[in-house]
Amino acid sequence: MYIYDQRDHAMLAQRTAQFRGQVARRLNGALSEAEFRPLRLLNGLYLQLHAYMLRVAIPYGTLSARQMRGLAAVARSYDKGYGHFTTRQNIQFNWPKLDDVPRILEDLAGVEMHAIQTSGNSIRNVTADAYAGVAADEIEDPRIYAEIIRQWSTLHPEFTFLPRKFKIAVTGAPRDRAAVRVHDIGLQIRTNEAGEVGFAVIVGGGLGRTPIVGPLIREFLPKRDLLSYLEAILRVYNQLGRRDNMFKARIKILVQSVGKEQFTEMVEDEWRRIAGGTLDLEADEIARIAASFAPPPYDRLEPVDLAFEFKLAADPRFAQWCRTSLAAHRQPGYAIVDVSLKPADGVPGDVTAAQMEALADLAERFSSSEIRATHWQNLVLPHVRLSDVHAVWLALAALGLATPNIGLASDVIACPGLDYCNLANARSIPVAQAISRRFADIKRLHDIGDLRINISGCINACGHHHVGNIGLLGVDKKGEEYYQLTLGGSDDENAALGELVGPAFPYDEIVDAVETIVNTYMDRREPGEQFLATYRRVGLGPFKERLYGAHQG
Amino acid sequence: MALIKDNALRPDPWVFVADEAELPESDPAIVSFERWQRDRARLGVRNGPLGLRLRSDQPPEGIADDLAAFDLIALEFPKFTDGRAYSYARLLRERYGFEGELRAVGNVLRDQLFFMQRCGFDTFEVADDVDIGAWLEAFVEIDVIYQPADDDRRPFRTLRTDAAGPTAERR
Repeated sequence: MYIYDQRDHAMLAQRTAQFRGQVARRLNGALSEAEFRPLRLLNGLYLQLHAYMLRVAIPYGTLSARQMRGLAAVARSYDKGYGHFTTRQNIQFNWPKLDDVPRILEDLAGVEMHAIQTSGNSIRNVTADAYAGVAADEIEDPRIYAEIIRQWSTLHPEFTFLPRKFKIAVTGAPRDRAAVRVHDIGLQIRTNEAGEVGFAVIVGGGLGRTPIVGPLIREFLPKRDLLSYLEAILRVYNQLGRRDNMFKARIKILVQSVGKEQFTEMVEDEWRRIAGGTLDLEADEIARIAASFAPPPYDRLEPVDLAFEFKLAADPRFAQWCRTSLAAHRQPGYAIVDVSLKPADGVPGDVTAAQMEALADLAERFSSSEIRATHWQNLVLPHVRLSDVHAVWLALAALGLATPNIGLASDVIACPGLDYCNLANARSIPVAQAISRRFADIKRLHDIGDLRINISGCINACGHHHVGNIGLLGVDKKGEEYYQLTLGGSDDENAALGELVGPAFPYDEIVDAVETIVNTYMDRREPGEQFLATYRRVGLGPFKERLYGAHQG
Repeated sequence: MALIKDNALRPDPWVFVADEAELPESDPAIVSFERWQRDRARLGVRNGPLGLRLRSDQPPEGIADDLAAFDLIALEFPKFTDGRAYSYARLLRERYGFEGELRAVGNVLRDQLFFMQRCGFDTFEVADDVDIGAWLEAFVEIDVIYQPADDDRRPFRTLRTDAAGPTAERR
């Protein structure tokens, strides 16, 4: 964990005092709502359909048990007793009162958390692989660089009034669990021919109304040049990104309009002029930050734990949960435990204060006091001894957090939708709940296998529908909620955008349509073939036929 | 309009002269980029301080070779959300070596002053009746910074501690 020192604390205290002053000026009328808006957004405070919403950053998805308790306390004291984990490693509180917000920020600062730049046309919370530091396939811990970027981007004087929001994600493994190809900048840690570790740089990916899988603009960037290169990209964008139309203001539009080659040339040209300056990252600075992400003191364990194996063999329900909820840990005798926030009929990503506190206890007892937030709106206990996995499962089950559905049909990503959001055309949460009920049978769920269903309530795509294997997009048809279906999307290292199947389905028919898609896959799949592979083999045709064959389609 | 300069609210000795209007004999005068393009021969030999005002769609590359002619450059923020001039300011200071007065004009708000100053602005055009005490606080309410820019504040720790302030290429 990165631990704040005196100066980091001082900065948060100053920032909170500043925001307290801004709120006071808004309340006494010295600031108009138009003037206050960007200030509150830069502190994570939105005005939604019914109330303010405060979005708190969980940088690179890493949380301590103490921080989780801090979030629980905010949920209890200032909200309705729950919080909502988002797809970008943030947590949202849906019901804070404006004059409470400075106090909430003060409380959060006490546990080294903040809401700085979780909104606004600024560099947003930097995200990373939720398995950072523990994944068996990792080259280097991406959080080291995400933290360096977090610091560099915090109150950056040149880049706080960009044309539009700006999202950066970092992954340290070849398997992309951070969706770096659909970010404004995606950084993938890699090794070059000389054996040096650096970054592949992807710029101009994104979802929203113009979904794009970002192009690679640099095969290999040495670590030393990380910040100067980012500064060059941002400087080009700040000057040339469109400001006349907010729908065309993201960097992806700039990259597309000038073309990848010319954009790359502009960045490289700017970078050559600033490289080698004070933004250079020295090895000792990287080492200093890296030290704060050193692994916890692990026990030296055998890679196989007999008691664990015995429980697996003896208890089919435990074995079922383990199949979806455990990932390979780099340390022998340990496991990464995924915690599903998608119970049948639940709201994806919602956690109560009591659950947060219990998770903090579990993390302290079984996971070196660490918790992670994933971009699929789930949580992770990253350092669990195999011998403790059964106890963790029992505890999670008692909390309603042991649904064995990680990566399966009911592990739905959903935006808040029309229940909360003033941009939405349609509800997302009730559709996610209905899908989770429809696929509640665990045996069938496991038989269906890997399947990502993502739901967005509008074209802004907060629910990442374009990159869901099955994507649902809420649209408004003469005041009725309809849902368009896309198939074949994926947000991993082989990122792809889903293809539209055909005319949208009304609210009452959409879950049947999803089930029809699933049934079509089940009929068409070859032994062992997952949904995405079948789709890529057979294409849209069979799905279209089953969905629309009876109608004119 | 008044001016925040050297930590005080002061009257503005400069005037902006519209493109078709007569230039004052020798008083400090600010002209547009268009007028500079048109009248540069005459403006260059004028007896009196000369300033240039750039809109946010007029990047400073266009006048990089002319900087010696100007005692002041005013960068316009048509809306405070238009942040292009932050980059222009740093380029003028750090890349093109402009050492004259760099002024923020247009929609200049209290809560932008800190960022503007960090990017190299040293004067700020504001309404005559601003609460100057509260506005000046904007420069000092945060003093822990994480990245080098154009000011003398030293980024805390994250970056090379032996590098004093501004980036290497400056001046």
